[in-house]
Amino acid sequence: MKYESQQVAKPYFIFALALFAGQIIFGLLMGMQYIDGDTLFPYIPFNVARMVHTNLLIVWLLFGFMGAAFYLIPEEAETELYSPKLAMITFWVFAAAGVATILGYLLVPYAELAHLTRNALWPTMGREFLEQPTITKLGIVVVVLAFIFNIGMTVLRGRKTVINLILITGLIGLAVFFLFAFYNPTNLVLDKFFWWWVVHLWVEGVWELIMGAILAFVLVKITGVDREYIEKWLYLIIALALISGLVGMGHHYYWIGPPEYWLWLGSFFSALEPIPFFMMMLYAFDVIRKRRINPNNRIATTWALGTATMAFLGAGVWGFLHTLAPVNYYTHGTQITAAHGHLAFFGAYAMIVMTIISYAMPILRGREDGNPPEAQKVERIAFWLMCISMFGITLALTAAGVWQVALQRIPETGATGFIDTQTQIIPVYWIRLVFGVMFAMGVVAYFASFFIAGKSDSKTA
Amino acid sequence: MSERITKSMARNIYFGGSLFFFLFLVGLTVDTMSQLPERDNRDQITESVALGKEVWEHNNCIGCHSLMGEGAYYAPELANVFNRRGNSDEKTFKQYLSIWMSIQPLQNPGRRKMPQFNLTEEEVNGLADFLIWTSRIDDNDWPPNIEG
Repeated sequence: MKYESQQVAKPYFIFALALFAGQIIFGLLMGMQYIDGDTLFPYIPFNVARMVHTNLLIVWLLFGFMGAAFYLIPEEAETELYSPKLAMITFWVFAAAGVATILGYLLVPYAELAHLTRNALWPTMGREFLEQPTITKLGIVVVVLAFIFNIGMTVLRGRKTVINLILITGLIGLAVFFLFAFYNPTNLVLDKFFWWWVVHLWVEGVWELIMGAILAFVLVKITGVDREYIEKWLYLIIALALISGLVGMGHHYYWIGPPEYWLWLGSFFSALEPIPFFMMMLYAFDVIRKRRINPNNRIATTWALGTATMAFLGAGVWGFLHTLAPVNYYTHGTQITAAHGHLAFFGAYAMIVMTIISYAMPILRGREDGNPPEAQKVERIAFWLMCISMFGITLALTAAGVWQVALQRIPETGATGFIDTQTQIIPVYWIRLVFGVMFAMGVVAYFASFFIAGKSDSKTA
Repeated sequence: MSERITKSMARNIYFGGSLFFFLFLVGLTVDTMSQLPERDNRDQITESVALGKEVWEHNNCIGCHSLMGEGAYYAPELANVFNRRGNSDEKTFKQYLSIWMSIQPLQNPGRRKMPQFNLTEEEVNGLADFLIWTSRIDDNDWPPNIEG
């Protein structure tokens, strides 16, 4: 570790992973509810489990991004963090707000939570992924502003690298577009139109900048390849991500009220969205092939190649599968969407966070040369278990989606109803659940890898 | 390819490209805003429709259902439930919805369950009005058939 203040990244990473474990538990519960609708009903109805599952995902990724920024910004800027104390305050405020919100979801009926938090005064609740009470949303804004101030001052004070500037641009974009979460008009069409300015412009926009910057940083560190070369690729990748992704938002505007020209624009631009992910994969493999150093932390390389590959499959290939308007007409809002969502979020965002953790955490724990081989071996098993089972989940959900489309969407007359269709698909949901359990085993192995000490540890410590 | 592109060219593509397409997006948004009143029938948003949207949000209906295909995929699409269960007739649909909401949760073992939300008569009526208004949005003829 080059700068003492990079240590503040550690609690962010640990807390992110704790929330990740929670996310998986609620994922398994929903996997059960898809098969047996009585599971834990009425104690944890499906909508509550889903809200906890998706909100935990968003919050743990944000913790991961923040941890990544606190780790890499000082190192890139070649100066200590502006205020480690502020970083710890934002950590505790964000953690407390996050835990309180999740407990609110679980302990009181949602309508009661809306009432308690005075949602009627400034209604923002009850929309997918933006279910947080308005007060929590305001808290998120305060935390993110304090965070950006902190890293922004650090960058201003220190060396300005491309990686730093792109990371901070992505984070500022994240903060700016989140403000659309506060706009919830009575007109559902306007509500939906600008809801996507948070959701799409996050995951298919500024988050790609964050992912690109983190990946570039790790590649610089683990390969020793010339920074100029990596930064040039980074520019090209995020350029194409935004050129395709901004108007690519049109693929969400097909069937929710906006005019027909979005069918053409959305299809054309979102068909280009796989290109930056394909380039990211090519470049990750290319840079690794050109590596000049071969650090003992080998598993970090595996994660870097893994996230680039899985992001291309999940966001690129599975996104393209249903993005063209004539296809999306039949697949919109089916299990195909769920398949894409799972592989894309895991491949691009969960895995980039685990990539930086795999690289940085050993250093933060005083293992400058990476984790001992015994720990890396377990982490490698966890990596493959998680990747293979998430791919299995995706294939199962894709099969479920195709089946659903065939029964429920394609027939013009005599189509099977929603619930009957879902009942017929249950065998596939069993397969999905089996892969879900396998994924959870991967998470257990992953956590275990942090506690494995090497033979050499006691001697060199 | 990458040898011929220098870093400063790549940077210019990034700044120029993203600025251009962001402005393009803003322009398209302005145009869409001018066309939406025709398509969303906003003149028909009554107080009851507004109440219905609040009921919809305060009970996290989107956590199981989809509405115009967005939301969760655990329970049926509701943007066309007015046509499916109400036969596109307001009175029939309101009667149906009122009974349907009152008998939840259904007692079929293993079936996906909807909680009992204990809505007032006025709230159920508002929810119905909200779903009726939603069904009339011009959404480019989605979904493909009545089953949603």
